[in-house]
Amino acid sequence: MRIELDVNGEQLEADVWAGESLLYVLRERLGLPGSKNACEQGECGSCSVLLDGELVCACLVLAAQAEGHEVVTVEGLAGAEGLHPVQAAFARAGAVQCGFCTPGLVVTTAHLLERNPDPSEDEIREALSGNLCRCTGYAKIFDAVKLAAGT
Amino acid sequence: MARLIRTEKEVEGHYTEQWIVVDEDALDQWPAGPLQTVGKPAPRVDGRERARGEATYTADIQLPGMLHAAVLRSPHARARVRSLSLSSVLAAPGVRAVLEPGDSHVLTDEPGYHGAAVAAVAADTFAQARAALAQAAVEWEVLEPLLDPDQAVEKGSLVSEPNVSERGATERGVSEAEAVVEAEYRTQTVLHNSLETHQAVCVWESGRLDVYISTQFLWGVRATVAEQLELPPDKVRVVCNFMGGGFGSKNGPGEYTFIAAELARRTGRPVRCALTRREENLATGNRNSTIQRLTAGARSDGTLTVLKGDYVNSVGFEGWSPSTGGPMELLYACENVRVAEHGAKLNTPPNAAFRAPGFVEGTFGLECLMDELAARLDLDPLELRMRNYADSDLVDGRPFSSKNLLECYRRAQPHWARREEVRARSQGPWKHGMGLASQVWYGGGGPPSYAWVRVGSDGRVQVVTAMQDIGTGSRTAMAQIAAEELGLSLDRIEVSLGDTSRGPFASISAGSSTIPSMGPAVRSAAADAARQIVEIAAQRYHLEERVLSLRNGHIVSADGGSWPIEEITELLGEGQILGKGARGPNPTGMRTLTFGVQLAEVAVDIETGEVLVDRIVAIHDVGRVINPLGASSQVEGGIIQGIGHTLSEDRLLDPGTGTVLTQTLDAYKLPTIADVPEIVAEFVDRPDEHLTNLGSKGLGEPPIIPTSAAIANAIRDATGANVRSLPITREEMLRALRAAREREGLERTAETVGEVRSA
Ligand code: FES
Ligand code: FES
Repeated sequence: MRIELDVNGEQLEADVWAGESLLYVLRERLGLPGSKNACEQGECGSCSVLLDGELVCACLVLAAQAEGHEVVTVEGLAGAEGLHPVQAAFARAGAVQCGFCTPGLVVTTAHLLERNPDPSEDEIREALSGNLCRCTGYAKIFDAVKLAAGT
Repeated sequence: MARLIRTEKEVEGHYTEQWIVVDEDALDQWPAGPLQTVGKPAPRVDGRERARGEATYTADIQLPGMLHAAVLRSPHARARVRSLSLSSVLAAPGVRAVLEPGDSHVLTDEPGYHGAAVAAVAADTFAQARAALAQAAVEWEVLEPLLDPDQAVEKGSLVSEPNVSERGATERGVSEAEAVVEAEYRTQTVLHNSLETHQAVCVWESGRLDVYISTQFLWGVRATVAEQLELPPDKVRVVCNFMGGGFGSKNGPGEYTFIAAELARRTGRPVRCALTRREENLATGNRNSTIQRLTAGARSDGTLTVLKGDYVNSVGFEGWSPSTGGPMELLYACENVRVAEHGAKLNTPPNAAFRAPGFVEGTFGLECLMDELAARLDLDPLELRMRNYADSDLVDGRPFSSKNLLECYRRAQPHWARREEVRARSQGPWKHGMGLASQVWYGGGGPPSYAWVRVGSDGRVQVVTAMQDIGTGSRTAMAQIAAEELGLSLDRIEVSLGDTSRGPFASISAGSSTIPSMGPAVRSAAADAARQIVEIAAQRYHLEERVLSLRNGHIVSADGGSWPIEEITELLGEGQILGKGARGPNPTGMRTLTFGVQLAEVAVDIETGEVLVDRIVAIHDVGRVINPLGASSQVEGGIIQGIGHTLSEDRLLDPGTGTVLTQTLDAYKLPTIADVPEIVAEFVDRPDEHLTNLGSKGLGEPPIIPTSAAIANAIRDATGANVRSLPITREEMLRALRAAREREGLERTAETVGEVRSA
């Protein structure tokens, strides 16, 4: 079937099968591979996107369900050039190793700071505990969130 | 001039002798300490691409007409395929080709572990490939699996001959001891779970195979694929520009590459074979579980008289037996040491290298044993370690190229002095304590490794080498090294890597070897380019070469002259300066190792068995540190993995059938940001004066090595309980607490009896 999606402010059309996830359609059909697939069952947060401003795992949302809603992916946070303050903070704080978890963490952090511009340590732990990172040990991710909160 | 040299190379404890060709003069090392760029914190040169989601991983490669493969895997730990029919698979929608046992050496009709690849299919979409596989008609003959490692050793089911090594006389060592402790330690099977799963995209073009793969060793994949497919190596191109983690599990091509290559050959289309998370947790390797039966004996002053270790590595159906006894052989100046390692061949998924394989497990046993010995002797654990400090390598009597473990211990002291204070925090059921453990590992790297440095007329520099950055920040470190040598700022350096057709041979990124192998090659290539710039400048300004050098983007002369480097490079027009560099030999007759110590502060709830890690201090000696920001991130990452290994991660098997129960990230508990303690990372930042033109060793592996033992020793300090089995679940914690209470009870009874007798 043909669906119309509002992704990063653009109206995009895609031919999808009924069971296809939003993550699959973003990555495989719309040329937006920034959101990562690391488990496909809602356990790692690598596929985090915003759906009408709410944080969701794109692997758990059907593409068809996203029709008529605004989708923002990591590619849409900052526009064509430049960096969103959260992206800049991740790069500057060294919160990135292999970077496979980074798009998901960046989107999750942007969502957190949107609702809570000055989160406490515990609030950061709470908000980011659904995003797995196997490399960094998370310490510099804390630094990045605090850095972004201060900017 | 090209020089032919015979040298020794070590990767993860395996030494090989080899000839290398080095064609430049050795450079003197830079002075110790932070320089202009090297030794100063540098954010990733590619941080922006990664943060914007623009970095292209293997998972993101899209080629026109690309098909997707799915793999039929054995649901049994040991079975035989009685019959297999793929005709309905082939007839399913979207299917383009199927493979069965016999079509590829990676497919088997006698699977020896749950998850072994049996058949494969390529279809237009992955969903179609998966759906088609469900149509496969397989009749299995299920066989009895061998799962018990001790039984395997008894029956002689081993992957290799037992590895036994002995120095001195352990019998005498035991009789000379005034205190002897014997204990059995166990470590569990741990899964890598890199976030990017194992995968490859293969495409044939006029008899040439392009392999896009998530890998730690481009050139190893090239060699193995070429050999297996009987192609000249230059017909195989391997590409990996960005890579989503490996931790040792992505050193070779893996079955998925061969499946993709064969399906691509048959269909004439590009084929992706990407594992799902469940497959990842079955069939991509693991850190094998171990059983360690250990003995330590010492005189009352703490001098070790004997160390003995009998190790069983549960290797699995294939794989190799890691050096679990390595730390026991290397860490202490004990004259009488005997180590025996057995690699049990079982019907379980094969192991794979995982961040310091063998040493992580072996250090847990050894360093817990040392603390149990310290308790028996009533000695301070740090004191016991210093008393048995090894000044040279006792395995074969070689001097160390550098060793600053004593300095690590010295820096540990102020933290160690907090012990009373930490214990005093105990309140109600929560007991606090502190423990430490030492670290030894390889990490010297070696030749061959090559790099080129190109300087364009705009004065910008490109470092070209076909290495990979597996996430550790090698790209940034190489840029820093080139910038330093050329006297340029970091933003003028570009690093081009990740493609065997675009750069020279580069080292594997395993065994903590990327920086010590590649860094010196990049520096020598940059020095070659710098020398050429100086030569041209000397002619341009009518000066002698020896009075000129490169600094802060300028060519400066001894008498105070200074010209922007572009003044020279723009003379090149369309031309370029090309510098070439090679990794020189390792120091002959010396042992190059990395060292460190970690201290853990924990809190244990003795009623529920809950363990919390409050703080870890890590002090490591890896020679010169190139990028302190990247280095501390390595340490933090290693420690969190170590905490996962210690407290939560456990690959579980069904004890009856041998099938893997923990296939998802729900079932297999990785640490999250909620588990992060305070981490203090320090480095003894002293160049190894004998090692290369940099004096740098590797840091990828050292930080994970001592974490488990430091935590277990802190638990002992807090509670008196000897935890001897990983992971330290609540059950294990409560078991250890019960055992401690019983032991105390017995001791008290013995004391009372003693008092009565002496009365
Ligand atoms: S891929 Fe969606 S949560 Fe893991
Ligand atoms: S940086 Fe590799 S998973 Fe987070």
